[in-house]
Amino acid sequence: MKKVGIVRFLGTNCDKDVALAVESVGGHAQYLWYQDQFDVKEYEAIVLPGGFSYGDYLRTGALAAIAPIMKSVWEANQKGIPILGICNGFQILCEAKMLPGVLMRNQKQRFIDELEELQIESTKSVWISNYQSKQKIKIPIAHGEGRYYAEEDDLKALQDQDLIVATYLDNPNGSVYDIAGIMNTQKNIVALMPHPERAMSDWMGSQDGRGFFQWL
Amino acid sequence: MKIGLKILPRKEVLDSQGRTVQNSLNENGFRVSHCTIGKYIVLDVDAQNINEAREKIQKMAEFILYNPLIETYEIENQTYG
Repeated sequence: MKKVGIVRFLGTNCDKDVALAVESVGGHAQYLWYQDQFDVKEYEAIVLPGGFSYGDYLRTGALAAIAPIMKSVWEANQKGIPILGICNGFQILCEAKMLPGVLMRNQKQRFIDELEELQIESTKSVWISNYQSKQKIKIPIAHGEGRYYAEEDDLKALQDQDLIVATYLDNPNGSVYDIAGIMNTQKNIVALMPHPERAMSDWMGSQDGRGFFQWL
Repeated sequence: MKIGLKILPRKEVLDSQGRTVQNSLNENGFRVSHCTIGKYIVLDVDAQNINEAREKIQKMAEFILYNPLIETYEIENQTYG
């Protein structure tokens, strides 16, 4: 049974959903408080769940990115421990410069909440090893600031090194290259705007999100 | 010493908020060819002179307050208020 640390900031609101998702595939979920630091050797995976950390003040994810626990998350990354960022977790990892780019306000300004069809692009990280390349899956999104943006050099690196995890079939927010999720060059960090923990069984409308957690 | 820090979206990045305000103004009969919306932060720092204050604020701006990917900043040359 793999032990998964789930980071809670003030304003995180998908922590319990992620814990249920982890436990539904047989993992052991443990919450981590944003003001603490943790022993990275104790965890086999870390998840930064969705929500509105620090009320989205300054920029989404910016203040969480400099919270005390991020020192440990940084250390976990150095050791290659798998890290998953979902929604606000994606925004935090970008602001912490653990991933390139930034998530900006949706092109049409509105908060969007709907089931979205994605195409898996790269399966080179453990987090997406249960999918096939080019596989189409349905996972819900729920965000106001999900428009992925990065500079040309970073985008080229993402493409050349096959680091784009998933793209939207019907780009809902104006993200460049329809990007819904990416990974780092080390491939231990995967982050995406859609919520796989909200697509774990048919009564939720889809169980296509299970693949992200199955390896646990 | 209180100094203002102006943060604006970079020109090459779509400022969807500014664009929306621009469209709404134009729909209401105003004529606006461009609108940019940013932030204005006033920081009160311990400093002997304005240069020292501006240096401290530059460090804070680069540490967290602005994101160079999408924003530019400008520290005022005079005290605020």
